[in-house]
Amino acid sequence: MGGDPIIASWLVYGCCGAVLVGLGLFGFMRPTTTLRRVLAFNIVGSGIFLLFGATGYRVPSTGADPVPQALIITGIVVALAATALAVALMLALARVSAGRDEDA
Amino acid sequence: MTGGVLPILIVLAALVPALISFALPERHARLRSIVNLSGAVLKLGLVAYLLLAVADGAAPEARLSLAPGLDLLLRVDALALLFVTLSGVLWLITTIYAIAYLGDSPNLSRFFGFFGLCVAATTGIAFSGTLITFFVFYEMLTLSTWPLVVHKQNEKSFAAGRRYLAYALPASAVLLIAIIWLESATGPVEFATGTDLSVLGETSLQMIFWLFIAGLGVKAALFPLHGWLPAAMAAPAPVSALLHAVAVVKAGAFGIIRIIYDVFGIATVSALGLATPLAILASFTILYGSVRALEQSEIKKRLAFSTVSQVSYIILGAALAGPIAAIGGLAHLVHQGLMKIALFFCAGIYAERAGIETVEALDGIGPRMPWTSVAFTLGAMGMIGIPPMAGFVSKFYLGVGAVQTGANWVVVVLATSSLLNAAYFLPLVYRIWFLPAPEDRAAPADGFERPLGLIVPAVIAAGAALAVGLMAGSPLSPLGWATLIVERDYLP
Amino acid sequence: MVHPALLVAPIAAPLLAALLAIAFPRGAVAAALSAVGVALVASLVLVVEVARTGTGAALAIGGWPPPLGIALEADGLSAMFLLAASTIGLGVLVVAQGPFGWTGRETRKGYSFWPLALCLLAALNAIFLSRDFFNFYVGLELLSLSAVALVALDGKREAIEAALRYLMFALVGSLLYLLGAALLYAQYGTLDIGLIAASAETNGPTLVAAGLMTAGLAAKTALFPLHAWLPSAHTGAPAVASAMLSALVPKASFFILVRVWFDALPGQAGPGLTLVLGTMGAVAIVYGSILALLQERLKLIIAYSTVAQLGYLFLVFPLAGGDSTAQPWFAGAWTGGMVHAVSHGLAKAAMFLCAGAMMAAAGGDKLSDVRGIVAKMPLATFAFALAAVTLMGLPPSGGFLAKYLMLTAAFASGAWVWGAVVLAGGLLAALYLYRPLASLFAPADPDRTFTSVPLRTELVPLALALVAVLLGVASQFPYDILQVGRSVAAEAGLE
Repeated sequence: MGGDPIIASWLVYGCCGAVLVGLGLFGFMRPTTTLRRVLAFNIVGSGIFLLFGATGYRVPSTGADPVPQALIITGIVVALAATALAVALMLALARVSAGRDEDA
Repeated sequence: MTGGVLPILIVLAALVPALISFALPERHARLRSIVNLSGAVLKLGLVAYLLLAVADGAAPEARLSLAPGLDLLLRVDALALLFVTLSGVLWLITTIYAIAYLGDSPNLSRFFGFFGLCVAATTGIAFSGTLITFFVFYEMLTLSTWPLVVHKQNEKSFAAGRRYLAYALPASAVLLIAIIWLESATGPVEFATGTDLSVLGETSLQMIFWLFIAGLGVKAALFPLHGWLPAAMAAPAPVSALLHAVAVVKAGAFGIIRIIYDVFGIATVSALGLATPLAILASFTILYGSVRALEQSEIKKRLAFSTVSQVSYIILGAALAGPIAAIGGLAHLVHQGLMKIALFFCAGIYAERAGIETVEALDGIGPRMPWTSVAFTLGAMGMIGIPPMAGFVSKFYLGVGAVQTGANWVVVVLATSSLLNAAYFLPLVYRIWFLPAPEDRAAPADGFERPLGLIVPAVIAAGAALAVGLMAGSPLSPLGWATLIVERDYLP
Repeated sequence: MVHPALLVAPIAAPLLAALLAIAFPRGAVAAALSAVGVALVASLVLVVEVARTGTGAALAIGGWPPPLGIALEADGLSAMFLLAASTIGLGVLVVAQGPFGWTGRETRKGYSFWPLALCLLAALNAIFLSRDFFNFYVGLELLSLSAVALVALDGKREAIEAALRYLMFALVGSLLYLLGAALLYAQYGTLDIGLIAASAETNGPTLVAAGLMTAGLAAKTALFPLHAWLPSAHTGAPAVASAMLSALVPKASFFILVRVWFDALPGQAGPGLTLVLGTMGAVAIVYGSILALLQERLKLIIAYSTVAQLGYLFLVFPLAGGDSTAQPWFAGAWTGGMVHAVSHGLAKAAMFLCAGAMMAAAGGDKLSDVRGIVAKMPLATFAFALAAVTLMGLPPSGGFLAKYLMLTAAFASGAWVWGAVVLAGGLLAALYLYRPLASLFAPADPDRTFTSVPLRTELVPLALALVAVLLGVASQFPYDILQVGRSVAAEAGLE
């Protein structure tokens, strides 16, 4: 049973997701610029979505659980909106402080 | 009992004029006066009606449930009525005095609004049937007094207001601790039904008792918590009268009486060994206040320290844990109010009409301002305790009560204090009547003793202080009523 | 059984009005006021219904029951919070007509304010009606994003910087929360509160999941030490927006936190977690109060006061279940915490609206600017004072009832320390509110003039402050409402 391909991909996705979350959180927490933080936010988000998707195989006998997929799609939309707002704010900040340090 | 609506009506009689005063534009002075005076008269009428009912043994009550076990309860008993009658009578004459005193100065809507709130809160304190109700009204009083203390809005009055809050708010916290500590063990405390204190250990009970005394002692100006009271003299004279005679210090003293009689019970207080220390503290405050009063050259300051001293007679009476002393203390609650308000009214008139603020300036004012000076002299005589003035009656009962409970040392305290009282009041009387007036004292164009709104309340208050002493034998005199309270509720 | 529209209207009406406001900016004010009015009426009816029947109301949207569908559900707590949010929201929007109303031409601020404010209110209501951790997530994100945009509305450099800092905290909070939710789903195969509660067991993954969610929500509630974004954000925003941001937004994440520990995972918190949350709350009370004491600007004092006041909410976690048998009431500390959330919301909204009106009249919000404003704006000053009474927890106000219930639970269970913190917090509040009050009441310079402001900017905060006081006077009703559908853990405690 250990070689069952479904369980293997569940683990692979889950581990990849965990690694992405870890990388992203590190990128977010270290002293850095706002733009990098926004990118890191997206990486963490992708990691969580991957992890979330992997949980859809929780009970292999019933096949893939569709609920996480539906939630992930919603989550992606939310993350996109947040990213857009962050970028818009950064642009606005750059505009009002034109000529000054943009990485405030 | 349909009578439950009466205590609510009496509180409303003060509250509604207050709210109307807030809403009235500044210029409607006449309407404002009418509203406040009619509230005061209405309240007196209702109180008189209630007095007769309670004398027959009725105890109307009104209950509003806040949350389960958290009831606002207004309950009328004899002790409550003693305090309400005092505050009702004094509110009426103080209102007359305040209208005349403040004239057309600014911010009167605000002043009378908060003034009425203070009286409503005091009435609520008197009628409170549970500890938490008492606390609610007690805090209302704290809050509504502050705007009155800072009414003049100058540096000095703001400093006084700050000082007042610095004493009063921590005291509220201490009081709240005491209430919650007690109630978390016993459940909600109702005055009328008594509380089973046996669930708490002796040490806990002692600590709770001292927390109560500390929380209430600030308003009662018990040493060393009295510091705010002399500072609060920065307020206008009617406010001082209210603070010293009607509302604030009396609320503290009344609270201590409730705690001793209705929460702990005299027997428990004695058994826990709390009565004697409190009596000693009260005695010390009596002497301390008198000595400090001697040092003051400002008339109002001298009166303020005299209050510190006199209010502790009430606490002493409660702490001596004997029936006669208790009667003396309760009667003094009323007597001190009448005498002190007369003195403050006169001090206000001296300051306002003749510019006299210090003791030295009083020289020879008697013949120029005869009515005021007679009223002042009567008040001072009462404070010293010269028979047949009211002050003599209460001191006499306190002394006899002390001997009865075996606390002979109290008689020494009373005698010393009377001597001190004489030492700080008699020079004033002497200066007023027997020293020649200074050459350069200019009379106001319309004469010294104007307007009538200032003079009449002072004379009435002084006359009442004389009358309650002369008629102390009557059952409806303060002394008679105090005897009724003690016989009915606190004799074993 | 209540009508389904009652549960849908508080969410749908503001969302619909937001769309209308985008399409027809001229009609934004009318659309917004009527939509929030509808939400207010719906939540009022809901509150009355819940009180009358003594049971909550539920609606499976589209006829799909959980776990597949999304259910809206209102118990007593939901109904109270809904009503508070609609009341405050309506008050704020009435005042907002002044600075953001249609003036004949389209401005960036006037155009953006209404959809953002409406989305914010819809998100709040959605959170209060949800029983599902993913729904909470979506609501929380909509809430945070509209709130961040409102902070940046002024367009000044400081405001945008504050908004970006807020956004960063909000993003971390969302990620931690979402990660927790995903782990929870991996455990139980559902995110519905009721279903999780039915099958929840104490194990490592559950605690890690709940811990991540708690950390994320604490960041969004500005719990010390994650509060750094709050003062600058709440002062950078226009005053009417600050009123909503301070009064309502942190309550939503706190609401979810209550749902996590009291409803979904009762009995799993353990003494360690309640101690940590309680301690952070206690430090927040002291720290926020001291910083409020040091500020010179009215808005900053109010904002730091929010940091302090939010701390009280977290004392619910260690104190719940502390009522002794001597007390006739149930779940005192929990109820106290919820009453505090509502009364703080009302009082804080009133304060920010007062500050806004005074800024408009005085041209600044330094304490020296507003000195002596009582002569010009007696109503607003009185409203400020009333709100201060509630924040200090003095009777007879909602704040006092809350404090009394929490204190009694603390003393009855022997948890003296928490009781001492509550009392100290009240005294500190008196200290830091004394300075603005003394300044407002001080006599103004004779040659100082203030601009006139519309009367409604004084009346609305006065009404809100009065409701906060009324909550204490007529407290039996809110108390009873809060008991409807209250979780067992609220009475039995979390440990």
